[in-house]
Amino acid sequence: MPPSYGYFPGCTLRGTGVAYEESMLALFETLGLPVQEVHDWNCCGATSYMSIDEGSAFLLSARNLAQAHQEGHQELLAPCAACYLVLRKTQDYMQRYPRIRQEIHEALGNGHVGALASVRVRHPLETLYVDVGVDKIRSRRVREWRGGKVACYYGCQLVRPFAEADRDHNPMRMDELLRAVGVPTVEYSLKTKCCGGALTGTIHDVGVNLNRILIREAARTGAQAIATVCPLCQYNLDAYQWEIRKQNGDLDMPILYFTQILGWALGADVRSLGFQRSISGRKTIQQWFSHAEKEVYA
Amino acid sequence: MERKIKLQREADPDWARRVSERPGCEGLFSCLQCGACSGTCPLSIYMDFAPRRIIALVREGFRTEALASKTIWLCTSCYSCAVHCPRQIHITDVMYSLKREAIQAKLYPARFPIPVLAQEFYRMVRERGRNSEFWLVLRMALRSNPFVLFGMLRTGWDLMRTGRLSLRRDHIPDVKKLQVGLLPREVA
Repeated sequence: MPPSYGYFPGCTLRGTGVAYEESMLALFETLGLPVQEVHDWNCCGATSYMSIDEGSAFLLSARNLAQAHQEGHQELLAPCAACYLVLRKTQDYMQRYPRIRQEIHEALGNGHVGALASVRVRHPLETLYVDVGVDKIRSRRVREWRGGKVACYYGCQLVRPFAEADRDHNPMRMDELLRAVGVPTVEYSLKTKCCGGALTGTIHDVGVNLNRILIREAARTGAQAIATVCPLCQYNLDAYQWEIRKQNGDLDMPILYFTQILGWALGADVRSLGFQRSISGRKTIQQWFSHAEKEVYA
Repeated sequence: MERKIKLQREADPDWARRVSERPGCEGLFSCLQCGACSGTCPLSIYMDFAPRRIIALVREGFRTEALASKTIWLCTSCYSCAVHCPRQIHITDVMYSLKREAIQAKLYPARFPIPVLAQEFYRMVRERGRNSEFWLVLRMALRSNPFVLFGMLRTGWDLMRTGRLSLRRDHIPDVKKLQVGLLPREVA
């Protein structure tokens, strides 16, 4: 296990995804894993910057890697799936295309191209699964799950090319981690189907419809909540249920971060996990997470 | 009456060859036209040309049709096509490449909000080094269709009352250094 993880928040964890940051930091603290934010990080570029200018999109990303490396981080946590993918894609392209490597080399000046490739970009899901492990998570469990079944939704970018967070067609790591703390998870066939990303803000109807399909399918399999690993998925599934309800009646499903559920089960302070920031399913959240007493399991 | 069908001689095969030389687009000519990409794409039912047809258009050299399509902008880069393609073609990267060329050639569909969002995102990052969700959405709406802001009121209020709407215009400490050293060339 490394001495400390560098942490790349990205724009969303300081805005709509603030509960993700809160719960991830609380969970890592509970597990005794130090996390240090990279100073002076810049936007990862996401999908939009890359759509306009490829060369400088890689430069932006490389600057973040350089910044992390300069601050002595060999491991860089990127909880947002888009940041995670862009950072890893940059490393991949840097290695495969000499021209891109050369451009980065010239722009960053100090010639740390090899060092940039050596920073390991990681997602908290992978870190918890690999570095901490399912058994240790199970043994650290202090609260008993009294809630219902959960659908684990991995979304798209975390499990696609360039990534090593989980398998691309049928990822199971979030399911395994949640089951280890007593949370029953369902077989969710749409677990890697895209939520539409920024589409809810651009071609709104299309974006909402993708989320309608995801939520209805989760409900059909018997899930009463969805667990996510990406701030954009959480936002899309959570913030537009009032529109989905216009056609699909009584739907009101909590959309949680996997770090909120794990943090709660492992005994983090309930108030530090950002549950009050959920828009949908607030009653269910109140029921499931209100008992704060701790018990110890063998 | 206007002719609906394009003739092969109107295509530009040399353009197709140039596309296939760009990073990520190398697999273009190995496409089998099997349609796995269109089958797995969550947006293909909304596209004017589903991904398989875009690949077909590009490699035959129908440049204008491919670049002016809505398809390339509806692609959310979920990479589902790329992981399902039996020839391992990086279809998402082909889409990116077409988006960039469409911006350069000003061939993107007018007032279509997705390229507007991309451009505003691009500018905000160049101006401030970071992007702020609220201001980005506002700038996009003002440039494409300000009336959509009314539809966003309910969600905006929900975000506000749960403490998720930040009005802060975030920026990195030294934006100048970023602009001079790293991002001097502006393309759009």
